[in-house]
Amino acid sequence: MDALLPIAILIDELKAEEPLRRLNSISRLGTIALALGEDRTRTELVPFLSENVDDEDEVLLAEAEQLGSFVPYVGGPSHAYLLLPLLENLSTVEETVVRDKAVESLCAVGSQLPDSTINDAFAPLAKRLAGGEWFTSRVSATGLFATAYPRCTQSLKTELRALYSQLCRDETPMVRRAAAQRLGAFAKSVEKEFVGRELMPLFTDLMQDDQDSVRLLAVESCIAFAQSLSREDAVSQLLPVVLKFSQDKSWRVRYNVATQLVELCEALGPDVTRSELTPAFVRLLRDNEAEVRVAAAGKVSAVSKLLSPAQVIPAILPCVGELAMDSSQFVRAALAGVVMELAPVLGKASTIEHLVPVFLQLLKDAFPDVRLNVISKLDQVNQVIGIELLAQSLLPAIKELAEDKHWRVRLAIVEHIPLLAVQLGPEFFQDKLGAQCMKSLEDPVASIRDAAAHTLQKIAKEFGGAWTKEHLMPAVLRMINNGHYLYRMTVLLCISLLATVVPGDVLINSMLPVIVGASKDKVPNVKFNVAKMLQRIAPLLDRPIVDRTIRPCLSELCDDGDMDVRFYARAALGTIDASA
Amino acid sequence: MAEEWQFLQCFGERTPGEEIQEADVISAVEFDDNGMHLATGDRGGRVVLFERVSPEVPRGAAFEYRYMTEFQSHEPEFDYLKSLEIEEKINKVRWCRSSNNTRMLLSTNDKTVKLWKVYEKKVALLADFNLPGGGGGGGGLAGRPPNALSTPRLSSVHLPRVTSTEVMLAARCKRVYANAHTYHINSISCNSDGETFLSADDLRVNLWNLEVTSQSFNIVDIKPSSMENLTEVITSAEFHPTECNVLAYSSSKGCIRLADMRSAALCDHHAKAFEEVESQANKSFFSEIIASISDVTFSRDGRYLLSRDYMTLKLWDVNKENAPVATYNVHEQLRAKLCDLYENDSIFDKFDCCVNGQGTAVATGSYNNLFRVFNAWGDNSGSGDQTLEASRDPMRKRLQAPPSKNNARFGSTKSAPKSPPSKWSADAAELGSDYSSKLLHLAWHPEVNVIAAAASNSLYMYCA
Repeated sequence: MDALLPIAILIDELKAEEPLRRLNSISRLGTIALALGEDRTRTELVPFLSENVDDEDEVLLAEAEQLGSFVPYVGGPSHAYLLLPLLENLSTVEETVVRDKAVESLCAVGSQLPDSTINDAFAPLAKRLAGGEWFTSRVSATGLFATAYPRCTQSLKTELRALYSQLCRDETPMVRRAAAQRLGAFAKSVEKEFVGRELMPLFTDLMQDDQDSVRLLAVESCIAFAQSLSREDAVSQLLPVVLKFSQDKSWRVRYNVATQLVELCEALGPDVTRSELTPAFVRLLRDNEAEVRVAAAGKVSAVSKLLSPAQVIPAILPCVGELAMDSSQFVRAALAGVVMELAPVLGKASTIEHLVPVFLQLLKDAFPDVRLNVISKLDQVNQVIGIELLAQSLLPAIKELAEDKHWRVRLAIVEHIPLLAVQLGPEFFQDKLGAQCMKSLEDPVASIRDAAAHTLQKIAKEFGGAWTKEHLMPAVLRMINNGHYLYRMTVLLCISLLATVVPGDVLINSMLPVIVGASKDKVPNVKFNVAKMLQRIAPLLDRPIVDRTIRPCLSELCDDGDMDVRFYARAALGTIDASA
Repeated sequence: MAEEWQFLQCFGERTPGEEIQEADVISAVEFDDNGMHLATGDRGGRVVLFERVSPEVPRGAAFEYRYMTEFQSHEPEFDYLKSLEIEEKINKVRWCRSSNNTRMLLSTNDKTVKLWKVYEKKVALLADFNLPGGGGGGGGLAGRPPNALSTPRLSSVHLPRVTSTEVMLAARCKRVYANAHTYHINSISCNSDGETFLSADDLRVNLWNLEVTSQSFNIVDIKPSSMENLTEVITSAEFHPTECNVLAYSSSKGCIRLADMRSAALCDHHAKAFEEVESQANKSFFSEIIASISDVTFSRDGRYLLSRDYMTLKLWDVNKENAPVATYNVHEQLRAKLCDLYENDSIFDKFDCCVNGQGTAVATGSYNNLFRVFNAWGDNSGSGDQTLEASRDPMRKRLQAPPSKNNARFGSTKSAPKSPPSKWSADAAELGSDYSSKLLHLAWHPEVNVIAAAASNSLYMYCA
């Protein structure tokens, strides 16, 4: 009986005065429906919801989301039509996020509806919205066509296509934008013959829209069109559009072309890519607007992968050289992030000839992000030419980054060190990087010290326990004598991370004494961290050793003057006892 | 076209001798797209909305607005990082696209732009809760004793019933666009794409998406690398009414620049610059100050730009950069008094300007609660140009002697004893003696000849 009380409260709170309670209640609409059962959900809950459409946006958003998965609660697809009016209402509200969610849910519900309901209810709903007085409902309508269309009768299909073309010519830019954005999805659901004959002209119109913001979004439909047209039609009809876009006077349109060029190349096929799109791409790489060059530079490798080395070297590589010296740091950073991926495309000889100079140039860049981006992708180049070629230039770059005055840069390089270590091998690490890592353990910024500790753990895993014992442990353990307790805590953290990697005897003979020694520290924070660590390490050790060293140490801490130390010591003892 | 301007109505009319509260002084006036609504902002951070009564009546005395609602848009704040007080004063209000019978508008003070939604909120009265007092407040699960009354059977669990609904007008702050301006915001303007708006401060113009408050894009930045080289500031900015990529911004040097957002992400290189070179002969100590443009606005079709500097209104053809197509002297009579005006800071007053929907007439404010309406395509003879007083009798000023010089600085504008009629222009030099009663803000109805003019705390409406 009492089990019903929460439900009763939940139902009451659907109409609570406080929005937060209503939100909570509406977010659990499924629970309520489940409790009421399918019958009462249909006869009571749905009518109740349809009467109460005026609420805060957050509540409406939650409702729109809930209704998307409501089909089972009303009794399956045959009753799902009941949900449509509710969602129709929500898809006309003023707030964008609510409308978008309602459209999403409408499509989710729509996909479960039987064909008859699509024809009788769903398609008419889309038509109603498309003819709505306010632009809000017309915007929502554009999202429903792709779901409705494939399952409609022929006459309805004709109607829907006509309606969509009307939406593409709507007076408000908001509706035209939505239509432009979803034209691609709609094209995928429409028969190929109509795509070419009816939708393509719409697309051409949108492409010439007065409003920049509309043309911008039309670009996004290019790919979908390319995929839903036959290769021949795509080339004959779409290619001119793409080429025109790529020279549009608005940089934002060109930017969108640049970001989508790879997909376009794939859709239009290798011949066109080589003959037409590569020149367009080169133009974008040399665009006047830095933002466009950033987008294009980021695609250098992806586009090159679609071409043969013989095409890349004369066409793309000269641009790469130019971009490496671009006036905009963001262009250079974008290039640095991907340029290493060119190495596998070009092969060893060409890489050494053409790319290595670029790498070296970028490694000397004044802007740290550029250097970081090169380093983060080093594994790519290593596979092709081996790291030795770069090692000479690499080291100064790493050193400089590790000493950069911006802590985020230092953090980034510390996080990249495991990758570097793997590429460069243990000897190189011992010689060159090891000292740098130890330095990072003593960085004034806590996040960097933490990252350095985790870095060491990764390296230890990579190079094995024996290596760690010999090359890492001594340096780390020495640092426990640092004068500042925060640094001592970093060492403790580092030890506890390494403990999982090193062989047992190293743990017992060299680590444990240090930890136990730290339990005598004068700072309580160090001491309770010792307690926490011992708790974690204990399971790694044999029982006798736990009893002999860890237990006494913790017992002592249990009598510490500091409350927190006592608390953590007791907690640790408790866990150890429990596992005994 | 010298039409008779008639008084229509007045909101917040002062009674004689009434002291004006600083917070009540109107600081922004704006009609919405079709003129069905009017918004004002004041120094107290409030926004007051008016709506048209019986829109069937096209014009004339029956053209009437009524008070709709008001809300506190901005509160005084303190920037603790910079030890700076941020006034609540509304610098600009702008109507955005609206839908579903809700009104959206942007309001801004010096630092923060806010998006407001004004809508009819349905408040439902409910009955039949499952639990006594259910729905309203209550303490949730924990607070309820599980007695027999409150543990219903499933069949008796039911949904609350709506007994009746009331409709009330509510204003809700939908979004806050903050922390993007180092200097004081002087303008906001909605874009014709219905998706973005700009906000301009002394040195930068930022572009926002209405849906996104976490980031904005800097589209114009005139800040020199060293502030010692600072020679001009942005005074006003506005989007083109139909072309979503074009914006105009004016500067303290008297230059209006047109920027095209298509050509580059950062529009530091303007597409066009409208500037009139002043002849050396007219140069004086005040030349630079009075050249500063206080307001710039596009005509409704986007063909012309209207700008206001201290002495004149200028109408520019967007296709002609080197000189305005027309210049209207607003208070040439003050030229001799620039020294006084400089001393009492009046020379820095920023007057709005506006143009009617057809682009045939322009208007701007002046001192003594006067505003001037010019025939945009007049023959420079001044015929059709009118000076009107923000009072119940707007045409009075033409027939009335200038107010005596010993008017109290904060004196009310109640009509002075009338002296024999005299042509206003003859006494022009006398005008402007009451520098405190300045009419800075006014707006022209987008479709018909109706002007809303703000004289300190009162909003006067006129039609012609």
